[in-house]
Amino acid sequence: MSTPSPTQRETEPVFAPPRPTAEIAAVRVAGGSLSGDLRAISVVWQRELIRFARNRLRIVTSLAQPVLFLFVLGTGLSTLTRRDVGFDFRTFMFPGVIGMTVLFTAVFSAVSIVWDREFGFLREILIAPVRRSSIILGKALGGATVATLQGVIMLALAGFVHVPYNPLLLLTLVGEMALTAFMITALGLMLASRITEVQSFQVVIQFFVMPMFFLSGAMFPLSGLPGWLTWLTKVDPLSYAVDPMRRAVFAHTHAPAVVQRLMNPGVTWGSWRLPVWFELVLLIALALAMMGVAVWQFARSE
Amino acid sequence: MSDQQLRPAASGVPPAASGVSSAPGEVLSVVRGEQNGASGDGGAQAGPEAGVRHLGQSADGGPANSARPSAILAQDLRKQFGSVEAVRGVDLDIAPGEMFAFLGPNGAGKTTTVNMLCTLVRPSSGRAWVGGFDVVAQQAEVRRHIGLVFQESTLDEYLTAEENLRFHAELYGLPRGQVADRMRQVLEMVGLWERRRDQARTFSGGMRRRLEIARGLLHSPRVLFLDEPTVGLDPQTRAHIWGYIRELRRREAITIFLTTHYMDEAENCDRIAIIDQGQIVALDTPAALKASVGRDRVEIRTADDDAALAALKERFGLEATKAEDAVRVYVAGGEEFVPKLFAELGVAIHAVNVARPTLDDVFMSYTGRTIRDAEASSTERALGNPWRRSAQARTRR
Repeated sequence: MSTPSPTQRETEPVFAPPRPTAEIAAVRVAGGSLSGDLRAISVVWQRELIRFARNRLRIVTSLAQPVLFLFVLGTGLSTLTRRDVGFDFRTFMFPGVIGMTVLFTAVFSAVSIVWDREFGFLREILIAPVRRSSIILGKALGGATVATLQGVIMLALAGFVHVPYNPLLLLTLVGEMALTAFMITALGLMLASRITEVQSFQVVIQFFVMPMFFLSGAMFPLSGLPGWLTWLTKVDPLSYAVDPMRRAVFAHTHAPAVVQRLMNPGVTWGSWRLPVWFELVLLIALALAMMGVAVWQFARSE
Repeated sequence: MSDQQLRPAASGVPPAASGVSSAPGEVLSVVRGEQNGASGDGGAQAGPEAGVRHLGQSADGGPANSARPSAILAQDLRKQFGSVEAVRGVDLDIAPGEMFAFLGPNGAGKTTTVNMLCTLVRPSSGRAWVGGFDVVAQQAEVRRHIGLVFQESTLDEYLTAEENLRFHAELYGLPRGQVADRMRQVLEMVGLWERRRDQARTFSGGMRRRLEIARGLLHSPRVLFLDEPTVGLDPQTRAHIWGYIRELRRREAITIFLTTHYMDEAENCDRIAIIDQGQIVALDTPAALKASVGRDRVEIRTADDDAALAALKERFGLEATKAEDAVRVYVAGGEEFVPKLFAELGVAIHAVNVARPTLDDVFMSYTGRTIRDAEASSTERALGNPWRRSAQARTRR
C-alpha cells in the first residue's frame, strides 16, 4: 500500500491559508496589551526578589567583600593618613564601598540571565507571548531592587565609620543607590546578551567590573591623577554614581576644608565641576541607553 | 465529562476572518472571545462567545474530518542551517483533538520542525499555521495558544511548583480570578498538588516533567507540543508520564503533537509521521503503517513440516521456510490467512502464531535502516537547537 501524503489524505482544502499582511497590527494590539506587559514586568521582578530572599548565603557572602574593604583595608589605609585632622578615612571610603556593593550585586543579578539560559528557564520566558522589552525591564528592575536592598544592608553600618544616620542623607543615598543599581543592571544585561556561557562571567568581572570599580573613585579621590588615568576615570560610568553619594556623605559630616578639597574633589570636565543633578541625569541617560541596547540585543537573539 | 466538552474550534478564526479580511476589529473580537474561553475552569470549556465557533470534541479525537479547520497545517516547510537543509519540505495537516506523533531518529529534523511550528525558529521557506495562526506573521497569537514541553527542563528550580506555575500564568495573562483554580486543576491532574510548595530542585526527573506538562497546560492551549516527553526517564516513570498524557487527553480537549524516537510511545498516537533526514517518509495511523509494510509473520507447527511446506507452495503459492520447529511464512493480513490455512492446508496444525509487523519494521521498510542505526549519524543536536549548547554542562551537574 502506498503511503498517503498528508495533503492527499484530505482531499478538500480544509483551510484557506490566510494572507497575513493586514491583520498583523490588529494581532499586536490584542497581544501586547499594557496590563499584560505590566503583569509580565511585575512577575519577572517578583521572581528576582523571591530568588534573592531564598538565597541567604548569597546575601551574606556578597556582604563579606565590602565589609572587608571597609573595615580591613579602610582601617589599614587610615593609618597612612594624618590623625590630627579629625577625619576618618573610612568615612571617605564608605560611599565607595556602597557603590561597590551595588555594583557587584547588580552585575551578578543581571548576568544571572546567563544562568537562566544555561538551566533552560530563559526559554520558558522567551516563548511567552509577551514583549521581550517587558521581560528585560522586569529583569532590570528586579536586579536593581535586589542591589539596592543589598546596599541598604551596608548602609546600616554607617555609624561605625562616623557617617550619621540622618534621614535625609539616608534617603538621598538610597535614591542614588537605586539609580546606580538600575544603570549597572542595564549594563549587565547588555553584556549578558553577548555571553553564551557561564564561564564567560569571569571575563566580565575581570574586564568590566573590576576596572569600573577601581576607576570610579570608590577607593581614592579622583584628583591629581596622571592624565591617562584621569581620562579613564571619566569614561567610567560608576564615577558619576560614586561622586553624588560621596558629596551627600560629606555634606552631612564636618570634614575640615583641606580634607574636603582633597577627598571630595568631584568629577570635572575640563574646569567644570559637574553638579549633582547633572551627574544624576547622566546616570539616567546612560541607564536608558543601555536598556535600549539590551532590549534590542535580546529581541534579536533566538 | 470530557465527551461533552465544548471548545473553540482549533482555529476559532474561520478562514475568512483570519485570512483575507483586513479589518482589525474582526480579528480582535475573535481573539477576545478566545481569551475568555481558553482560560475557563473545568478544563478549558468555553462559553459561547461571539465570533467563535464551537465544536464538540469527540472522545476518540480521531483524524480530521475535513469540515474542521486544522489544528496544525504545514505546507512545504523547510529550514536551512548554513549549507545543511535540516527540514526538507514537510507537509502536515493535523485535526483538532488528534494525538500526533513525529517519529524519527535524533537528527531527523523533528525538533527543528517543532521549533518552526512553535515560532522559535523561522522557516527558510514554506508556511505553517497553528491553531489557525500563521507561525511567522502571527507569532504572538500562536504562542498564546500553544503549550510547550521541551526535552530539557525549563523550570526555575529555586521556585516552588506553585511559583513556577504562577510565573507562567502571569506571563500568559490568565485572568487573575481563575489562576488559583486552574493551577489546582493541572497540579492535581499530574499528581503534584501535595508538593506544590516544594522547590522544583527537590523533584525527581519524572516529577519535573509532570510539572512541566502541567505548566504547558495551564493556559489551556489548543495544541500541546511535547518534544521527547519521556527522554532520559526510566521505564517506570515513562509509563507514568504516558498515563498522565492519556488522562490529559480524556480531560482536556486538546491537540497533542509529540516527537519521540521510542516506537512504543508513537504507538499510543492516532497518527504517526515518520521523519527521516528532514522529510516525512510515511504518515498514517499506527495500524495502517504496519499494514503498509504488507506482511505479517505467520508461524505454524504441524504434524509434518515438509508436507506443510509443499502444501503452502502448491495451494497458496507461498515460499515458506523452516525455522526451529515451526514453518514460517510471510503473508499480507496474517489473521485472515489463518482460517484459510486451516481449511486448505491439508496438514494437521498444532499451533499458530501470527505476529504483526512492529513500528521498527515500518521504520525499516521506509528508511532502509533501523532507528538505532539512524541515531548513530545524529546531527540534530548541533544544528537544530541553539538552546542545547549546555547539554553537556547540565549532565555534569
